[in-house]
Order: sequence, then C-alpha cells, then structure tokens
Amino acid sequence: MSYSITDASKRQKSIAGFLVITYAVITLIPLVWVFLTGFKSPADSISYPPKVFFSPTMEGYVNLFTTRTRVTPEQLAALPEPEGYAESIVRNRNMVIAGPSKFVERFTNSVIIGFGSTFLSIFLGTLAAYGFSRFKVPLKDDLLFFILSTRMMPPIAVAIPIFLMYRKLGLSDTHLGMILLYTAVNISLAVWLLKGFIDEIPLEYEEAALIDGYTRFQAFYKVVLPQAATGIASTAIFCLIFAWNEYAFAVLLTSGTAQTAPPFIPNIIGVGGLDWPAVAAGVTIFVLPVMIFTIMLRKHLLRGITFGAVRK
Amino acid sequence: MAKIEIKNLRKNFGDFTAVHSSSFTVEDGEFFMLLGPSGCGKTTTLRMIAGLELPSEGEIYIGDEEVASLPASKRDIAFVFQMFALYPHMNVRKNLSYPLRSQGMSRAKTREKVAEVAGILGIEDILNKPVGGLSGGDRQRVALGRAIVRDPKAFMMDEPLGALDAEFREHMAEELRALHDRMNATTVYVTHDQLEAMQMGDKIVVMNQGRIEQFGTPQDIYNKPASLFVADFIGSPSMNFLPFDGSVEKGQNSLQLDEQMISIPEQHVSASGELVFGVRPEHITLSDSGNYRGKVIATEYLGTTQIVTLETNHGQVKARIAASEHVSLNDLLALEFNASTISLFQNSTGKAIPSELNAGITHG
Repeated sequence: MSYSITDASKRQKSIAGFLVITYAVITLIPLVWVFLTGFKSPADSISYPPKVFFSPTMEGYVNLFTTRTRVTPEQLAALPEPEGYAESIVRNRNMVIAGPSKFVERFTNSVIIGFGSTFLSIFLGTLAAYGFSRFKVPLKDDLLFFILSTRMMPPIAVAIPIFLMYRKLGLSDTHLGMILLYTAVNISLAVWLLKGFIDEIPLEYEEAALIDGYTRFQAFYKVVLPQAATGIASTAIFCLIFAWNEYAFAVLLTSGTAQTAPPFIPNIIGVGGLDWPAVAAGVTIFVLPVMIFTIMLRKHLLRGITFGAVRK
Repeated sequence: MAKIEIKNLRKNFGDFTAVHSSSFTVEDGEFFMLLGPSGCGKTTTLRMIAGLELPSEGEIYIGDEEVASLPASKRDIAFVFQMFALYPHMNVRKNLSYPLRSQGMSRAKTREKVAEVAGILGIEDILNKPVGGLSGGDRQRVALGRAIVRDPKAFMMDEPLGALDAEFREHMAEELRALHDRMNATTVYVTHDQLEAMQMGDKIVVMNQGRIEQFGTPQDIYNKPASLFVADFIGSPSMNFLPFDGSVEKGQNSLQLDEQMISIPEQHVSASGELVFGVRPEHITLSDSGNYRGKVIATEYLGTTQIVTLETNHGQVKARIAASEHVSLNDLLALEFNASTISLFQNSTGKAIPSELNAGITHG
C-alpha cells in the first residue's frame, strides 16, 4: 500500500469526520433546540422531561408578531367566527388579537443599525487602512496603537459618559446615534484587519495601474478594492456580528424609535407569563440575517481567515 | 519612441543616499541596461525615470520634456515588473485593454489593438483565460503585451526575467531582444545578471552603492573596465587581480612582476603605491618556459575550455585555456599574459589607471 504524508488515510479521514460531526452536533444542538421550541406550545416548551417529539404549532410565531387581550368565555362566544389561522390559535387561549407587536419595527431597526454601522465601519476602515498601509503617515505607529487602544477596555466601561454625552447631543434612541456608536467600536477592528489584508496586496499592482495612466484613487478602487474583497468580506462579517448582537448599549441607549431586537426579545417574556415559544421564534428570526450574510460570504470568509498563511 | 536623458539624478531615503548624483543618456531606440548587485540603486533609478519614485534632486528628460515632477500616469512610459503584476482579478484580454481604456479609447479600437498585440506575442489563444492559471512564460508575454499595447515613449523593465526558470529565461531573453529590434523601442532594463546585460544590451551602466561605475557598450565594459568593481563584477570567472607595490610612469609599456618583465598597454598617467594588475582568465596562456610561474591547484573542465587555478606569488590566478591542453595538479607552469588586454588599477581608489587600453571610456 502506498503511503502519502499529505493525503489522509481512510482511518484518519473517518476519525477526522467523526470529530467534526461531534463538534458540529454539540454546537448546533442549542440552535436546533431554539428552532424547535419556536414551534412548541407553551406547555410543551417547559415540560419535564423535555420533549423532543411534539405536535408543532405556530403559536409562538403568532404571539411574537401580535399583542393579545384576554376575554371572558361569554365575550368569546359572542364573537363572530375567527378569521384566519392566527386568530383561531389565539381564541383557543381565551384571547383575541389586539394588534401587531413591535417586533417587525425592532427587527427593522436592527437591520438599519447593524448593516448601516457595518457599511460605515468598512468604508472608513478601508480608506484608513489603505492610507496606513501605503503612505508615510506621521506618527503612524502611534496612531495605529491609539486606534487599537480604543478596544483595550470593554466598550461598556464607558457607558455612563456615552449615555450622558448622547443625551446632551440628542443622539439617544436615534438610528444615527446607534450607527455611530457601533461604528466607533468596530472601526479599530476594521482598520487593523483591513490593514493586514491590504499590506498583503503587492504594491506593484497599483504601480502598474499608475503607469497605465490611472490616478491614485482609480488605482485604489479598480485594482486594490477587488483584491481586498476577501478581507473586506470577512471584516464585514465580524463587524456585523458585533453590531447585530450588541445588547448592553442597546438596552441603555434605546427604548423606543431606535430599539433593536436584542433588548426587545427578552421583553416578550414579561407579557402574559413565560412565553418561551415566542422568545424562541424571535431568536430564530433574529439569527437568520447574520446566517444568510455569512453563508453568502463564506467562500471569502474561509479564504480570509487563511489569507496570507500560504503564498499563492 | 524617445531619447531619455538623466542629469544629476539623486535620491535620498532619510539619511541614506540610494542614488548619488548620476547622469547618462539613453539614445532613441537603444536597449539600455542598468546593471549592478542588489541594493546598488539601479531599481531606484528606474523607478525615478518611471515616476514611481520622486527624485530628491536632478532632471529627467523623456523626449524633450522634463518629467521629474510629473506623476507616472503623465509620462507615457510602460513598465514591466519583476513579478509581472498582472491584474489578478481580470482575464488576459482585460489586462491588455486596461492601459487603453484609461486613455478613453473606444471599445472596438481597443479590441483591434489588443488582437494586434496578441498576434505579435503569440498569445491569441489565451486571451480569455484568467491570468491566475498561466505559465511563467505566458505571464511574461502578457506583461510585455500590456507594455507595448499603448505605444509608449519608452519601456522600463525591472528584472523581467528574474521570475522565470533558467532554461526558459534564455529563450525569453531572445524573444525580448527580437521584440525590441522589431519595435525599435527605447528600453531601460534593470538586471543583476551580467550575462543577461551583455547578451541583450546595446549599452550598459554598471552601478555600485548608488554610484555609476562605468557606462558603455558591453564590449567596453568587459574589455576595458573602469574600476576594480566592474572588472570583478563582469565576467565569470571574474578578472584576476594581482596586487603589488610599485609605480608606473607615464609612457611606460612594461612592468616587472617578480623577476619577469611583462608588457602592458602604454600608460597615460603615472601612478604609484598599492597597484593591482588585472588580467582576464582567457588572456593567460600557460607554458613550460618563462619566469613567472604558478603551481596548478585545481582544474575545472567546461567542455570546450577548462579553468585552471594556479597558486602564484601574488595569490590565486585562474586561466581559461583550451580543454584539449593537458594540465596536471601540482605542475609548476609559466604564465604569459596577453599584453594589450592588461588593466592596472590604483587599489586605494579602485579606479583603472588611464592607459592606451581604456582611453575614452566613461567613468561614473
């Protein structure tokens, strides 16, 4: 039998496969459980021993998107036949739908703030990283250290000053305020990551473009940017994940118009008992955008993580 | 195409002077070599001509225009990089079209021009391929294509064959020279490979530590070295140096080395002190009779010739003689030198002492 040091043997492959699958199962079980809980009835969701098999219901999702009012059996009997699937589920619990919940609004806020701050971080970060990578900047090392130093304590440590500052500036509970805040936190990560990626792009490409008759800026966006796409994609994912999941500042600085989904979802618990299916439904929907974004960019992401490790 | 003139060009990086005040002229249509060891300032000089580096001082004329402060994009020159620097996110056709699109050339005209250049270089069949999968030679051709597609005033080439393997380099060098002859394009070519420089160049500038050591045709550079550095750098094996203390007078045409009187080219200047007697290996003949002798300590067989290393009173000397001559280790043989080819150097300055041989050559 031939032996190769680069190709794994069948045995090695099966061990590797086993380990990967085990790890995947362990990390995925909570997510799967949340996903399943979204389709359970409230009773099933808290039953002991936990139920793996159950009859699925959309009650969690209905509760997530609606507000409901309890009515007496007499009132219920006096009502006309329920219209639609949602209404009939709610009626079974002696309630009627009073109106839509704020979930869609909060979710939209998350999208605006998350993607907005990601875009701004990447936009500013790429320009700054390019500048640091290519030009002689006075005090370059100190400036880079300064940018990094903004992440040397947890952002929440400056929560009180930011809270006071935002109140004075009228940025509390505004989309702009949250976008600026998340951008400020993400920008140091973006600059450092992107500088690494841009450093890896040989200078010759830009010089070739300069010689070919293009201006510095044209060389930047026509030659450097396409090649930095990998780095930009992976940096964008990191920025988005932070901004999307951020909870503490969102609780502190938003309450109404600009409230994001993370502080909203736990609020559901307080409405009419521990409504775990509704929470799980909210979490499921909340996880989707980042998941889709990551899957869309996964090729770039994988290349991005190993970028520079091996010379092509 | 245009003539390129460099006047007192100088480049400092902080306290370090990469290029000391240099001047030379590249005639229209000339294939011009900038030769030197790494770190000698040849690439910096090239980049200053191209506009990728701003000179600290001096003037650069391309044609009649002074371009020292113009950006690269305004100089109308082409540059071939060592690593080719083909745009990796574009296919071959787009790489070739890219310099034309910056000039606002129409799509149809660009297509026509690209096809023409692809025809010249024989790369029509790879036009639609991504550059990532190309072989070294094809990448080289595409890089050349990107340079010639625009009909620039001059070509700059920074060790364009450096990334190719030895066998293919030979072939590409010929192709490059043929292309140059066909287009008659003024070309400035940077290399550290003396053979490449001799093989391809019309003129060579030899640089060392930011200074020009010598400027001339390959024949002049090889036969009439202006300095110890040039004599040592050019030729393989390099020139033999026999150091001695003594003096030469103006008009003198022989000198005594040990017991032996040796004819030398007529000296134009007197010199004394530590001198160096320089002779190329192929200008030494070995015989049994004669007073200047050396003991054979090694022989290298090279096919048509062989290199014989002898231990003399002035150190080791290498002689290139016909392979058919029989030489044995430890033979004590007499050395005879071809008088008209001998160079004398002043050891303290490293410069050749002016003589009949090197009259008229250009020092740096």
